[in-house]
Amino acid sequence: MATALRFPANVSTFNNYNDLHPDWTQREVSTGTTIMAVEFDGGVVIGADSRTTTGAYIANRVTDKLTPIHERIFCCRSGSAADTQAIADAVTYQLGFHSIELDEAPLVQTAASLFRDMCYRYREELMAGIIVAGWDRRRGGQVYTVPVGGMMTRQPVSVGGSGSSYIYGYVDSNYRTGMSKEECLKFTAEALTLAMERDGSSGGVVRLAVISEQGVERQAILGNQLPKFSTV
Amino acid sequence: MSEEMFPEPEWLSEEVKTGTTIIAVTFDGGVVLGSDSRVSAGESVVNRVMNKLSPLHDKIYCALSGSAADAQTIAEIVNYQLDVHSIEVEDDPLVCSAATLVKNISYKYKEELSAHLIVAGWDRKKGGQVYATLSGLLTRQPFAIGGSGSFYINGFVDAEYRKNMTKRECQEFVVNALTLAMGRDGSSGGVAYVVTIDKDGAEEKCVLGNELPKFFDQ
Repeated sequence: MATALRFPANVSTFNNYNDLHPDWTQREVSTGTTIMAVEFDGGVVIGADSRTTTGAYIANRVTDKLTPIHERIFCCRSGSAADTQAIADAVTYQLGFHSIELDEAPLVQTAASLFRDMCYRYREELMAGIIVAGWDRRRGGQVYTVPVGGMMTRQPVSVGGSGSSYIYGYVDSNYRTGMSKEECLKFTAEALTLAMERDGSSGGVVRLAVISEQGVERQAILGNQLPKFSTV
Repeated sequence: MSEEMFPEPEWLSEEVKTGTTIIAVTFDGGVVLGSDSRVSAGESVVNRVMNKLSPLHDKIYCALSGSAADAQTIAEIVNYQLDVHSIEVEDDPLVCSAATLVKNISYKYKEELSAHLIVAGWDRKKGGQVYATLSGLLTRQPFAIGGSGSFYINGFVDAEYRKNMTKRECQEFVVNALTLAMGRDGSSGGVAYVVTIDKDGAEEKCVLGNELPKFFDQ
């Protein structure tokens, strides 16, 4: 397959490298995605869609892109599935080690810095956009975004992945400081639904998680239960 | 020697594009069109106050996006063709006719042109209508968005659009959508031009930068 003739991505043809070899055998697996994280007073709400694509084929329609890094620290992964899984595994190990040395729960900022160090050092080889979110005792709920390229910044609300372009307008207009946990959940679910409707690489179910002092509560909103907008 | 010391700025050789945000929405009794005002050539803004809402007839306007030259030329040609047509039929032209004329040019020359026009207006037969003519297709829609900035407001317009808005609500919706897109898209900016068309005619308005609504800004 690697030696096969590849058409450039913007050319669509009917006979793509003859039909015996489907398109997805030559494409890299990517979590073309929509991910989102919102801070509220007392914790964070994180959400993601559940579609992993290899070209036009959906390799996994129920992916879990919300990956635990530590007890109260999660990361939302977008970009190349392999790259983000490898980075998340490496950071989980490093953070676990660090937390044992410290003999206390690690800070979210520490986890974000570890992600940033790796994403920046290997920026030429990697294709990963990650949002790190969690709760710690020093600063409460925090969201840090580490986009492609390896910068890191803390934001009250952050969206990422291919589907995020479509919801910048919605997020800018609907986010308010001081939202409650329920309002954040509703806001995240609606934003993800809108992105999934417009982005071909996002879809499936909406996975949500709330991280707070009490721990982690996870939920999934299935296709038929997603919020409905007056689509035309 | 002077060429090496002061290399020619890139924007002199870049094509002039209206990387843009345009939007058109129907309400009960007419349409509202909106656009930003930025024209860029590469990284330079060559015109920060361009009105991209171009009249095709008294009650039919089109919104320009893509290559500035292509879009303006199409609008001028269709303006002429519509004038001839309306004289022949001795009546105001239909919005559908205007949109079809735009579509014909966009489709026939689709390899050479890169412009996307949204045609909107009011006529006596079907009231307010919005037509999208992206690369030569023609489709009537309750509302349409276009241009580079439109990607960022897809979610917003999907969530906030409702059928049967009043004229006032429609104008606010258009200004909000433009503001959000201009806030995120580097190729859109400046002021917001809004045109409201109903049975009484077309009303043009310009909303300056400091009068635009404020949204959450990190």
